[in-house]
Amino acid sequence: MEIKVLGPGCAKCQSLEKTVKDVVASLKLDIKVEEIKDMKQIMQYPILMTPGLVINGKVVMSGKVPTRADVERHIMSALKAEETTG
Amino acid sequence: MDFILALIRSGWETLLDYLSLHVLTCLIPALFIAGAISVFVSQASVLKYFGPRANKWVAYGVGAVSGTILAVCSCTVLPLFSGIYVAGAGLGPAIAFLYSGPAINVLAITYSARLLGWDIGLARVVGAVFFSVIIGLIMAYIFRREEKARNDGRFDTLSEAEKGKPWWQEVIFFAILVGILLAASSAQWIILAVLFAALIIVLWRWFTLDEFKLWMKETWRFLLLIVPWLLIGVFIAGILKAVIPPSTVAGLVGGNTILGNLVASLFGALMYFATLTEVPIVKAFLDMGMGKGPALALLLAGPALSLPSMLALGKIMGWKKTLTYVTLVVIMATITGYIFGLIDQ
Repeated sequence: MEIKVLGPGCAKCQSLEKTVKDVVASLKLDIKVEEIKDMKQIMQYPILMTPGLVINGKVVMSGKVPTRADVERHIMSALKAEETTG
Repeated sequence: MDFILALIRSGWETLLDYLSLHVLTCLIPALFIAGAISVFVSQASVLKYFGPRANKWVAYGVGAVSGTILAVCSCTVLPLFSGIYVAGAGLGPAIAFLYSGPAINVLAITYSARLLGWDIGLARVVGAVFFSVIIGLIMAYIFRREEKARNDGRFDTLSEAEKGKPWWQEVIFFAILVGILLAASSAQWIILAVLFAALIIVLWRWFTLDEFKLWMKETWRFLLLIVPWLLIGVFIAGILKAVIPPSTVAGLVGGNTILGNLVASLFGALMYFATLTEVPIVKAFLDMGMGKGPALALLLAGPALSLPSMLALGKIMGWKKTLTYVTLVVIMATITGYIFGLIDQ
């Protein structure tokens, strides 16, 4: 699975990145969380407001810092989707 | 060598002049307000008025005024613009947002009003809001056959507003911040002290420590983002003062002629002004004899357009639309400046 956090460095973006890394660590998953800070690259994704959370190339949420539970839910459902497809 | 030294000295003196207390007392509170808007105001709840199913007229209105909340930093303007254009309410409202955004964010309003005078500050806001709708409508009309927004779902991933504070708490909080800004910039120290006490109570009762930290972090980020550019802009303004003879300025853009307004808005459209640097530069031109009409024309066309932003816009919406937009901006800025010059004698 690949997880990306889109954000040019705003306070909310940093806080999202931290939340995501915490969740990944607490679920004991071996996933690298990539930060995308370059505005040009960010604009490749269909996103309106940063921060944005991208899981497996799909923007799952944008514009706010989600709670840990939200992030966990998104990651779990992405894991499940990966299992069923292959 | 003497010439270069004189340039540097002029730049330096202007810098010191602008760093004086009366500029700092307005900019610093404005930075805190910008940080608070970015952290506490639910931008998603504004953005839904730009969605693919939004009422067109509401979208125009929101496009014209929402820059106050959404364009806190110029770096958010282009992504939002392309989102609204490609997947949301369409070309017209997106253009309205693009044009008014740089003029009506809280930093631009306070800084222009403080440095250039309340008349120009107010005219900049009113002109930007009013003409953004007109430019948006004209663009939407010219390209009405090409309007085809596709819904790529980017409005659906926007998270609904987290259950924030009751609205009245936010209103009181922001009212206190604006009060602090006004009191600080008009040197009402007693009122300022009272408002500060109120702010501390509000923060203590209604805000968590994490929220407060987030606010401070964001304010600090804006400071780092904006102040260096501003200092460079002020320095360049000082150099301009030394290089350009005032008679040239007065001859080209003095008084309030249509040609003078056109020259000013063309200059503004081509020059690149980073966040807020347009303000000290216009101030320098005003000191050298630029008329108030052309000054407003430059302020309106300047931050809305630059060669780099035209390149970015060309990629997003194509060259035909970009050129039309540039032409409209230059014409509208010229007209607005001219009208303002007539009224404000």
